[in-house]
Amino acid sequence: MRNVELIPVTATQTPFLLPLFSCRISAGFPSPASDHLEELFDLNRLLLRHPDATYLVRVSGESMRDAEIHEGDLLAVDKQMEADHNHIVVAVVEGECTVKRLVCEDGTWWLKPENPAYKPWEIHDAGDVKIWGVVTHVLHEIVPGKLSALLQTRD
Amino acid sequence: MFGLVDCNNFYVSCERVFQPRLEGKPVVVLSNNDGCIISRSAEAKALGLQMGDPYFQVKPLLLQHNVTVLSSNYPLYGDMSRRVMWYLGQVTPAVEIYSIDEAFLDLHGLERFVVSRLDTFARTVRANLLARTGIPTCVGIAPTKTLAKLANRLAKKRPELGGVCYLDTEEKRCWALEQVAVEDVWGIGRQYAQKLYSAGITTAAELAGCSDGFARKHLGGVVGARLVRELQGTPCHGLAPSEDGTLARRSLCCSRTFGKPLSAFPDIMGAVTAFASRAGEKLRRQGDAAHFMTVFLSKSRYGVEPPPYSCSTVLTLPVATNDTLELVRYARLALKRLWQADNRYTKAGVVLDGLEPAGQTQLTLFEAGPVSEKRVRLMAELDALNRRYGKGTVRLATALTPPGQRQAPWEGQAQWRTPAYTTRLEDLLLVG
Repeated sequence: MRNVELIPVTATQTPFLLPLFSCRISAGFPSPASDHLEELFDLNRLLLRHPDATYLVRVSGESMRDAEIHEGDLLAVDKQMEADHNHIVVAVVEGECTVKRLVCEDGTWWLKPENPAYKPWEIHDAGDVKIWGVVTHVLHEIVPGKLSALLQTRD
Repeated sequence: MFGLVDCNNFYVSCERVFQPRLEGKPVVVLSNNDGCIISRSAEAKALGLQMGDPYFQVKPLLLQHNVTVLSSNYPLYGDMSRRVMWYLGQVTPAVEIYSIDEAFLDLHGLERFVVSRLDTFARTVRANLLARTGIPTCVGIAPTKTLAKLANRLAKKRPELGGVCYLDTEEKRCWALEQVAVEDVWGIGRQYAQKLYSAGITTAAELAGCSDGFARKHLGGVVGARLVRELQGTPCHGLAPSEDGTLARRSLCCSRTFGKPLSAFPDIMGAVTAFASRAGEKLRRQGDAAHFMTVFLSKSRYGVEPPPYSCSTVLTLPVATNDTLELVRYARLALKRLWQADNRYTKAGVVLDGLEPAGQTQLTLFEAGPVSEKRVRLMAELDALNRRYGKGTVRLATALTPPGQRQAPWEGQAQWRTPAYTTRLEDLLLVG
């Protein structure tokens, strides 16, 4: 005769899934604006035509002072845009980048500073000057903040 | 049709965008730790400088010809690559980012409905990429990926093609195959090339003429058979686009050459901890966990010590993980097996394989249980802090820089690194 031991087996429990609401319920009055909350604008998307073809550069010197471009300002430069008369551009002159206004006068192209203390540059040969990009925006800090602080630490 | 867009001398080209005076001059970019040449301008190539030349060996030549030498600036290259890939994604139905400077394009149906001719389209893409990023490119277009790669090679080597090589007809395909040596075919390494040469096969055309049986027998089975078919014009590989446009990997490697040879265990452990932490970060970013870990240590090939120059060990992790603390714990075990006193090590690395999506790991009999919620949260917080305050703000104590030193002993030199022009506010290009 064999001993038979009975082992009780509990019925398997099938899990029953309940939806979980992960938002908190506030006890006060709901904000009437909560359904209409929107993100702060993304300035890149708002202002830049081609964010992926746009590069930020920093200004050194005051050669563009009268166009309200000052030392330390940030410029948004669109590399894709075709440069034309009267655009402010970043140009490569003798291997160095410079920001100037591109002007056409009587068939002659010039890179002109906006400050009488600087001399305009006549473009004799189109091969001498390469347009790096067109300046689309200037970011100038009025209330000294992060940008100004950055300048002080670097310079 | 498949396209392959490849940036010319990518790292050098990136540097030239922000330093236009380097245009037309010989320039080289060195690998991490200024070890060897990894990118050369056309002028540098003309001087006979080769890819992978150790810097110290070619230093006299570089000085003699006044070659500009730059350390690699990966933040800049990464951002420029992102800009290139983003644009390609805008103008083609699907993109497979193959490497930092190469992408396969899916051009099927484009010719029929959108553009009149694919080579005209490729020329426009090239011109736009140049305008938007300043990076010159070459494009190969062909019925298969292997042929597209081959076409791209020709576009690069033959200036008369104007940077675009389109293999749309049978004659052009045959012509292209004739031009390329067998060792330059995508997927043919040095060993296979030797084997093929001894069998009398020297050009891609001869390889394309091989029988299926020959390819299966001598070129690694079905892989070789597919390669030959692709050369014959039958597509065997589709595009493998990544969903988020980044390179999700099936294995991850994090390794560096040390700034100077190291012997002490804590110094090397510091390096390995840093690599394992970085690998863990990458794993979590792509939502994976790893099953296998390889740790390797190398000595200098140019020193007096005899080979072997490198040793490695593989660990099978009991449970796939992406937890930095776990990874570092195992890396320490592995390193203890490898490390020997009185050796001067010059390089170490951590490789993670067997990646699977995190959170669906197989449980084991002997481990306490699945990764605790707390640890997952800890890793998430760690990543968030490092994203917000900069890489390496919070790290394991083993990877810390010793007090009184400017950088960890393993960290390399980058004497000639240019600023991160596009990704750091402090580093923006200055224009007067």
